[in-house]
Amino acid sequence: MKKLAKADHLEMYRLLFLTRHTEERMVEYHHHSPLTELPHVSIGQEAISVGACYNLRADDLILPSLRTRGAFMVKGISSRQMMAGAFAKVTGSGRGKNTSHHLGDRKKGVIAGSGIVGGHIPLGVGTALAAKLRKQDYVSVVFFGDGATNRGDFHEALNLAAIWKLPVVFVCENNLYAISTPASYHVAIKDIADRAAAYGMTGVVVDGNDVLAVYNESQKAYDRARKGEGPTLLECKTYRWRGHSERDPRDDRPKEEIEAWKARCPVKHYREYLISQGIATEEELEALDESVKEEVKDAIKFAEDSPYPPAEEALLHTYAAKKDVM
Amino acid sequence: MKKITMREAIREALMEEMEIDADVILIGEDIGSYGGTLQVTAGIWDKFGSERVIDTPISEAAITGAAIGAAMMGMKPVVELMFSDFLPIAADQLVNNAAKMCYAYDGDMSVPLVIRAPFGAGSRSGMHHSQNLEAWFTNVPGIKVLMPATAADAKGLLKAAIREPNPVIFLEHKLLYGVREEVPEEDFVIPIGKATIRREGKDLTIVSCGAMVNKSLRAAEELAKLGIDAEVVDLRSIKPLDTQTIVESVIKTSRLLITHEAPMIGGIGGEIAAVVSKEAFGYLDAPIERVGAQDTPVPFSPTLEDFYIPSEQRIIQTAREMFGK
Repeated sequence: MKKLAKADHLEMYRLLFLTRHTEERMVEYHHHSPLTELPHVSIGQEAISVGACYNLRADDLILPSLRTRGAFMVKGISSRQMMAGAFAKVTGSGRGKNTSHHLGDRKKGVIAGSGIVGGHIPLGVGTALAAKLRKQDYVSVVFFGDGATNRGDFHEALNLAAIWKLPVVFVCENNLYAISTPASYHVAIKDIADRAAAYGMTGVVVDGNDVLAVYNESQKAYDRARKGEGPTLLECKTYRWRGHSERDPRDDRPKEEIEAWKARCPVKHYREYLISQGIATEEELEALDESVKEEVKDAIKFAEDSPYPPAEEALLHTYAAKKDVM
Repeated sequence: MKKITMREAIREALMEEMEIDADVILIGEDIGSYGGTLQVTAGIWDKFGSERVIDTPISEAAITGAAIGAAMMGMKPVVELMFSDFLPIAADQLVNNAAKMCYAYDGDMSVPLVIRAPFGAGSRSGMHHSQNLEAWFTNVPGIKVLMPATAADAKGLLKAAIREPNPVIFLEHKLLYGVREEVPEEDFVIPIGKATIRREGKDLTIVSCGAMVNKSLRAAEELAKLGIDAEVVDLRSIKPLDTQTIVESVIKTSRLLITHEAPMIGGIGGEIAAVVSKEAFGYLDAPIERVGAQDTPVPFSPTLEDFYIPSEQRIIQTAREMFGK
């Protein structure tokens, strides 16, 4: 496994904080300013996106869930592009045709998401099938929450991936709730990773709030995938600090539970680790924080200053005129 | 020109396109060495092997989703759904993924996918293996729907579908598989979105599709004996719809009867009637008539099923009423 250089650590920290700060500003703008998109933020879960994507190659593909903001950032979607997308401006991905949390970007290896929970999981089987048939060694990484693992799509897709030994990694962001329904109610097992056994694939449980743990375990899964050893179900245990969306009618989760998980903040945890291990100084991280804040501020201004798409563009691109593929 | 069955014509189209383009792969249940439950892919696996003809578990949603993912990577998967009645299982993938990808990427993505699905009533197969679901998908922007009525069209349209950058649902009527017809031997495609006139006439336009085309042609011969000269239009493409050919025919004949095997309510006939009543209103000498199936599931028993399926007799009867004959 590649040993992380200081620059890698700093970049991973920057991406964690960028994800956190971007979403905090999105929430703020949704409640106090006209942000068109209803935010479904990953605050508290950032270590999964960042840890699982930081070791991806440019030709690897991600298939994000609705709450995988950091994955876009790692894959190179710019803050401007992301923010303009959330503001529904013409400068966002898809020129306002799609929400930012489902954005697709052909050149960056981002498969557009689905508003149907888990509906994108089979697509990752297909992108991986293409890799296998063409003898290419890119991996496909599919993200989804605990709720999606009760969809038929999940079961069918994992079975297909396993029987065909495809280079795909299924990353379950288990934040313990499907909107209001606790995982303790909606699955009868403690670890969703146990489901992997039913398909004959490797299942791994990892602390989803520990970016290095996610990085290490996902790397092992990608290595297996590239070597033709088949798919992995990587369950990352985590927690979302906020509601399912910013328009939830109520939140019945126990206060103590929320506070306990906030104490395990993945950004703070990693920050403290870097300082305690002597990898970075407080000042260095402060400087990174400031640069991120400036970047997000710039992205917001860019989004606010950008126009909405011309109305008649709604009629463009329902059908492809020629073959444009990943 | 040689005479082959529609089943053979479809097989030829698949094999020819697989020869031309290494990205064309077949995916489906029991399509490999078994050759498909209706034997359409028989022999293809022997020639192209398991990497090009991929057998799957019974997982229509994931098969379709995986095909979409592969298509986004530039493969050209042709999925066989064993029966079109399984389309509802694959519908989320088709409606929410395949149909929307190009738009989601603002044109910077395509999904060159074909879903082949045997369909149609008349084989005593019961309510879950006999339906006509084509109209459902015409209401989904981003998907094209084809329905060949002849062996030659099946070959030419399927080749066009495989070369098409957009998702196509390709519907094969089960009762037409064995019909033997002339099919050109050279490489040819039938353009998507073009209807054809199967019989010229001056008194009445009968717009039909799939297995209703031959019934319409036979009905037209009977009507000719009564002095009604019917023109028979075969849609071939349910979406995009060739409204120009239809409207021009109605302008010529002044009367329109639309027939399809799908239930009349919500069928493609309603859309055609709406277009014609706007584009050719002043030319119509009689109200537009539709002959479609009843608002019931497809029944099993021969007496019930034969009563249910729109028949030649119903076309004749309806046409006669349009002329007061």
